[in-house]
Amino acid sequence: MNPYITNTEFEVQQMLDTIGVKSIDELFADIKPQHHPRSFNLPLGMSEYEVLRRLTGLSLRNNVYLTPFIGGGYYDHYVPSAVGMLIGRGEFYTAYTPYQPECAQGTLQALFEFQSHMCALTGMEVSNASLYDGGTALYEAMMMAIRITGKDKIVMDGGVSPIYRKIIKTYTHHLHYQFEEIPVVHGQSSRPEVNKHLDKNTAAVILQNPNFFGAMDDFTDIIEKAHAVGALAIVSVYPISLGVLKTPADMGADIVTGEGQSLGLPLNFGGPYLGFMCAKKQYVRKMPGRIVGQTKDAQGRRCFVNTLQAREQHIRREKATSNICTNVSLCALQATIFLSLIGKGGLKEMAQLNLDKAEYAKQCLAKVKGVEVKRSSPTFNEFTLHLPKDASEVVERMIEKGFAAGFPLGRYYKGMEKYLLVAVTEKRTKEEIDRYVGALQEVLA
Amino acid sequence: MEIMEHYLYTKEHEWINIEDNIGTVGITDYAQNALGDITYVELPQVDQEVEQFEQFVSVESVKAASDIFCPMSGRVMEVNTKLEDQPGSINKDCYDKGWIAKIEIKDADEAAHLMSAEDYRNYLESLGQ
Amino acid sequence: MQLIFERSVQGRRGFRFGDSDVPTKAQVPLKYARQEDAPLPEVSELDAVRHYTHLSQLNFSIDTHFYPLGSCTMKYNPKFTESIARLAGFADLHPLLPQLAGGEKLTQGALEVLYELEQWMCEMTGFKAFTLQPLAGAHGELTGLMLMAAYHKTKGNTKKRYVIIPDSAHGTNPASAAIAGYQTVAIPSNKNGGMDLEALKAAVNDEVAGLMMTIPSTYGVFESNIEEIARLIHSVDGIMYYDGANLNAMLGRCRPGDLGFDVMHINTHKTFTTPHGGGGPGAGPVGVNAKLEKFLPISRVIKRSGGTFTLNYDYPDSIGYVASFYGNFALLVRAYAYMLMLGQEGLIETSHHAVLNANYLMTKLKKHYKLCFDRLCMHESVFSASRQAARGVHAIDIAKFLIDQQIHPPTVYFPISVSEAMMIEPTETESKQTMDHFVEKMIEADELSKTNPSIFKEFPKTMPISRPDEVKAARDVKISYFLPDAD
Repeated sequence: MNPYITNTEFEVQQMLDTIGVKSIDELFADIKPQHHPRSFNLPLGMSEYEVLRRLTGLSLRNNVYLTPFIGGGYYDHYVPSAVGMLIGRGEFYTAYTPYQPECAQGTLQALFEFQSHMCALTGMEVSNASLYDGGTALYEAMMMAIRITGKDKIVMDGGVSPIYRKIIKTYTHHLHYQFEEIPVVHGQSSRPEVNKHLDKNTAAVILQNPNFFGAMDDFTDIIEKAHAVGALAIVSVYPISLGVLKTPADMGADIVTGEGQSLGLPLNFGGPYLGFMCAKKQYVRKMPGRIVGQTKDAQGRRCFVNTLQAREQHIRREKATSNICTNVSLCALQATIFLSLIGKGGLKEMAQLNLDKAEYAKQCLAKVKGVEVKRSSPTFNEFTLHLPKDASEVVERMIEKGFAAGFPLGRYYKGMEKYLLVAVTEKRTKEEIDRYVGALQEVLA
Repeated sequence: MEIMEHYLYTKEHEWINIEDNIGTVGITDYAQNALGDITYVELPQVDQEVEQFEQFVSVESVKAASDIFCPMSGRVMEVNTKLEDQPGSINKDCYDKGWIAKIEIKDADEAAHLMSAEDYRNYLESLGQ
Repeated sequence: MQLIFERSVQGRRGFRFGDSDVPTKAQVPLKYARQEDAPLPEVSELDAVRHYTHLSQLNFSIDTHFYPLGSCTMKYNPKFTESIARLAGFADLHPLLPQLAGGEKLTQGALEVLYELEQWMCEMTGFKAFTLQPLAGAHGELTGLMLMAAYHKTKGNTKKRYVIIPDSAHGTNPASAAIAGYQTVAIPSNKNGGMDLEALKAAVNDEVAGLMMTIPSTYGVFESNIEEIARLIHSVDGIMYYDGANLNAMLGRCRPGDLGFDVMHINTHKTFTTPHGGGGPGAGPVGVNAKLEKFLPISRVIKRSGGTFTLNYDYPDSIGYVASFYGNFALLVRAYAYMLMLGQEGLIETSHHAVLNANYLMTKLKKHYKLCFDRLCMHESVFSASRQAARGVHAIDIAKFLIDQQIHPPTVYFPISVSEAMMIEPTETESKQTMDHFVEKMIEADELSKTNPSIFKEFPKTMPISRPDEVKAARDVKISYFLPDAD
């Protein structure tokens, strides 16, 4: 029996009598015998503790006890306990899209605060109420730039996450856009190559800071060039880095996106994550996704509503700015609570800890025989090592020693089989870093 | 519904007022009423060339978005930039202060495809208004 | 209520990091450095906890209120699935681990969850294979349409330009079709709430790429002509797309794969009760038959003969990546836990009671409100407040009345093809008493619309706010604390 059905047999009979049918089967009379399932062969149900036992067993077959030095855009940051407790409140997670603002001010105000937090981080004027994840947010930004400029060429910097680039490729291969992917040189955007491809047909240049290899950059020069030919600049950012790094707004970016997993979300084996998108105010009506706005009620009290809805699919249908229906409210709430707790000083401190620990790891690793730290430009909390042998093999050996040692770049880049991408967050201790260095030394010996 | 006698009309409820080969374009009282409080007008570009009945403007209200079609072909000479800050002018005064764009008319004969005030009045009646 | 930014006190901290234990102090070179600190609030942990607890209390939710929001399936979210999703072995698992050499052995439990969930979904829907990657229902639609496009491309069907969609469809259907590069053709409904077959016949030609359909429809009606519709679409090599928004009415009663559909998506927050989260995150798994299987996104989870699981990326016809990883895992594992608990019998009962409850509510309400289609319904029914509107009380006014009665309103003004629409879906988890109370309040609203229609404009009166000025919100765009106020 389904334990979540409330009505008893007696009540079911009363209800059937009210409807005027003899059985539940009669209610399904429209579904004729020829429509019946050819098979519906599923296991029997279990009790709550049996399910818990089975799934706890499966969870234990995942190894979450390796010391993580792996990132690639998804990081092992600390999540303060209050975040998890607050998003566990049923009033938040069992509500839905705030269609009726009078009984959804909690969700609406939280999303307004989320938008404000994202503006504070990026320095941009406006933000939407979140998108699925960092990759799809970048795709949405690209489509937005194409709509704004009416042009169809995209200049994609090679420093943009290869995972994001693969997603964009899937979504656009049936559409006729011109893509120019510009490989990085010494781990950084190649100015001459990017500039060469910026022309009057360009809708946008897409950049990432820090880039996939961990290098920080100042894209002001590229963005100026893009604007000079009438193109927009899209920058994908890593929010924690914005505690110390120059904001995309200060570089002149038009649209900013990113992956918000680092803002209080667990790694969750790939999702749910948090896509965000900010922009200059002049483009707000071209933005996809939900947006919450401040207004007043009939008594003049401040309140919040879903706004600028004429952009969205439920009104514009095939002419909408995107097919996106919902956002990822609960994830946005997580980030909002996280940023409120961490606060102004905490964000800076956290970013500095990442920077310091990564720098320490880099210095120690540089001393390991055969290891070369690629240091063409400064990095934030992730950096690239050149190893004397295949990085995949090294990572496999490091698993035996208790480390998720990093991400082998050969997975996405041909010719980079000996390169390893290593991430060091605030959670890594000096002792863990020292042990990691020692283990790598042994593996390479 | 208010209708201006000497203007010409489309089935999509746009009006055009022609003076010396220049057509001022807007939406009708019926249209503004159907849309409700207008919150945003996406204006065309000055110097943009438009074809007759081509979509060239979009108008938004809280719960609707509506495409506006140009009643006659021509070049956009001027747009009502006041609508950027005061889109509600269309609700208040759709035939005068709520004008949207001025068109340099390419082909005056196209007026034959439009309705007179009387035709438009009959058309609205046929829609049950 | 104050914003968190307005509670800020300079120097206050809500969380403290430990001191750095490494001897290195790194400095960001000036040209790369942030000039001013991000203007985040400065509050204590208690400030933040009170603030967000108070905010939560401003919401109606399933845990606190009856929430018969049609088409959204607001059923109870079992608490044990929350505990499961938070198990460290799931929550702390890095998604890149299985992509490392030798890394799949680190994630066997998670891969087994994904594999098993796909098997359950296949059996429940009659499809051959599933991808769990799409991150929401609308994302699933887009994925399904890209599979459709890949199919036509491979077959050399170069003329395909149109996707047929009934007028009752959710707005995401035409929007997804447009983004996948198709134009849409809308087909009206007949007087029984089904698809108008004559209009469909007139629309079907060589340029039709496929048809998207929700069964039961948004009107809560099962499409009895489905075989004929599928035959027509397949006669021009079109693809039949099943929008799984209403699958919760059909479990064990029929399967989309058996009805002639080629591809579908599932909204896990509806049928499999993953939490709605205040508007996401969702998950939108997509199922296909043999015709479309080779185009599915990568990676795919496979089971080796030895019983271990791995990710396979080697599908040359695949449309590629639709998401960064393997889907919204934390939601998928909740859906899997729910299925395991209910099993075959429990899942069938889900649909039985969803349909029973919907018919009970419909029967009791139809004496007082105009029912759009006077016949038995499936999991939801659509009424029109046209009689009340004639007295000056519109669907939205009735919605606001209900809020004052501590009931979340039904979906109003959707489907758009019904004027003054009120779409009511009680779900299987609600009790007869709760529904009886709702009916009483709806009758009260009808009575009040006769005696004092003008009072409705004042509703809601008991909430922290009354009706917001949405026109102001859209005109004076204030969507961040840092933008200036308009007045």
